[in-house]
Amino acid sequence: MQKPIVLVALFILMTQAAFSQKFFSRDAVLSFSSDTPMEKIEGTNKAGTCVLDTKTGKMEWKVLVKGFKFEKALMEEHFNENYMESTKFPNAVFKGEITNLSEINFSQDGKYTVKTKGTMTMHGVSKEINVTGTLKVNKGQLEILSNFSVTCADYNISIPSVVKDNIAKEIKVTVSAKLNAMK
Amino acid sequence: MKKAIYTLSFICCLFGTVLQAQDEDLLSLLGEEKTTDYATATFKTNRIVNGHSVENTARGVMDMKISHRFSPVRYGLYDIFGLDGASIRIGLDYGITDRLMVGFGRSSNEKIIDGFAKYKILRQSSGNRNMPITLSYLIDAQIKTVKFSDSERNNKFSSRLYYTHQLLIGRKINSGISLQLMPTLVHRNLVATTADKNDVLALGVGGRVKVSKRIALTAEYYYVLDKQVTQNFAPPLSIGVDIETGGHVFQLHFTNSQDMTYKGFITETPEDWFYKNADGKMLSGIRFGFNVSRVFTIRKQKI
Repeated sequence: MQKPIVLVALFILMTQAAFSQKFFSRDAVLSFSSDTPMEKIEGTNKAGTCVLDTKTGKMEWKVLVKGFKFEKALMEEHFNENYMESTKFPNAVFKGEITNLSEINFSQDGKYTVKTKGTMTMHGVSKEINVTGTLKVNKGQLEILSNFSVTCADYNISIPSVVKDNIAKEIKVTVSAKLNAMK
Repeated sequence: MKKAIYTLSFICCLFGTVLQAQDEDLLSLLGEEKTTDYATATFKTNRIVNGHSVENTARGVMDMKISHRFSPVRYGLYDIFGLDGASIRIGLDYGITDRLMVGFGRSSNEKIIDGFAKYKILRQSSGNRNMPITLSYLIDAQIKTVKFSDSERNNKFSSRLYYTHQLLIGRKINSGISLQLMPTLVHRNLVATTADKNDVLALGVGGRVKVSKRIALTAEYYYVLDKQVTQNFAPPLSIGVDIETGGHVFQLHFTNSQDMTYKGFITETPEDWFYKNADGKMLSGIRFGFNVSRVFTIRKQKI
């Protein structure tokens, strides 16, 4: 009579273990900068969400466009009203997967290079992109860091000619997140 | 019994796998976090034409205003359609917090110095908090510093003072259309005749329609209740266009008011857009005017 109960407990434990292969963050920091000799524009959002399934290598990021903060209030207004149209397109999302999953040992502390491939959706446009970053495994916590560029024109973000010297065509993006195991 | 337990645990296990296999959308595991979405950029700037909009100058930002109203267009080329007769107001606005702003200005017309404070009481929002309107309260004082016309009379300083209280009730209906109601009280310490009321009640209506991301059409009208003002009076009506270029907002408009302070445009607008003079001749009181707004960030926002 004892054995089956142990077995059931084991099964439940196993399913539990399977769930904790997912890691998440609700306070991922995403920032971008447009750097031109005329003007430097930087926006930061500290409330990005990210979920990573270490078993399948699937990874998803989401950020509220309105949550980006700027040094100048007018930049924030123009960013939301004129460029990102955040009322119409409230979120920016990346859904993809790690392509070199076999090279990463999530249970061993260390620093790994992560290659991802996926779809970035913002301003109503979806585009396939490849992003490389680093992943640090540290006592059950994952730390992701990445830098990449996005081109305004790719996402239908038009820059009027009056300000074409003030806004870079390529925007540098930095993301960093500390992911904890999902319980 | 044993068999049943085995079967049960097998089903349990199966369920676990099925559940996992259905986890296609990883982000949904975190659940939908409900946030409050506040309406922003209801108007391009903190004025519609003459009067205020529900928009505030952001915290730490200074907004320099240079405004002109010209003579009536009807004088034609001789007067370059009124440009020869300019009335000017130069002012500075500053945002103390995102909800409280202050400002002052000086007008050439009657050498008026005006100062105001505007506080945003309610913010239009949706999501966690639902609020259909933005509500602001404005208090504005005007001092007429032009020399008294009759210097022999016992003139009091208080005779120079005017006060305005205004509620701004605005709603951004969608990304392109915003509307606003402005119940207004203008108090005049000294009035010209006994038939003139010291307290003048008016109801303003204003709005804007965006025609592109950076250009919007605006209109503003103040209905002044009957039997309050006897002289030189027509209700002020203005129709304009807002053009935004980086740090500037240009507001170009046609209006029948020549003054840019509350007591001036609400109680002293001289002529209607179209009216008949004493000889029965049709005339137009339309004037050209503009406001230029330039913002400077004095205190940077915390990120």
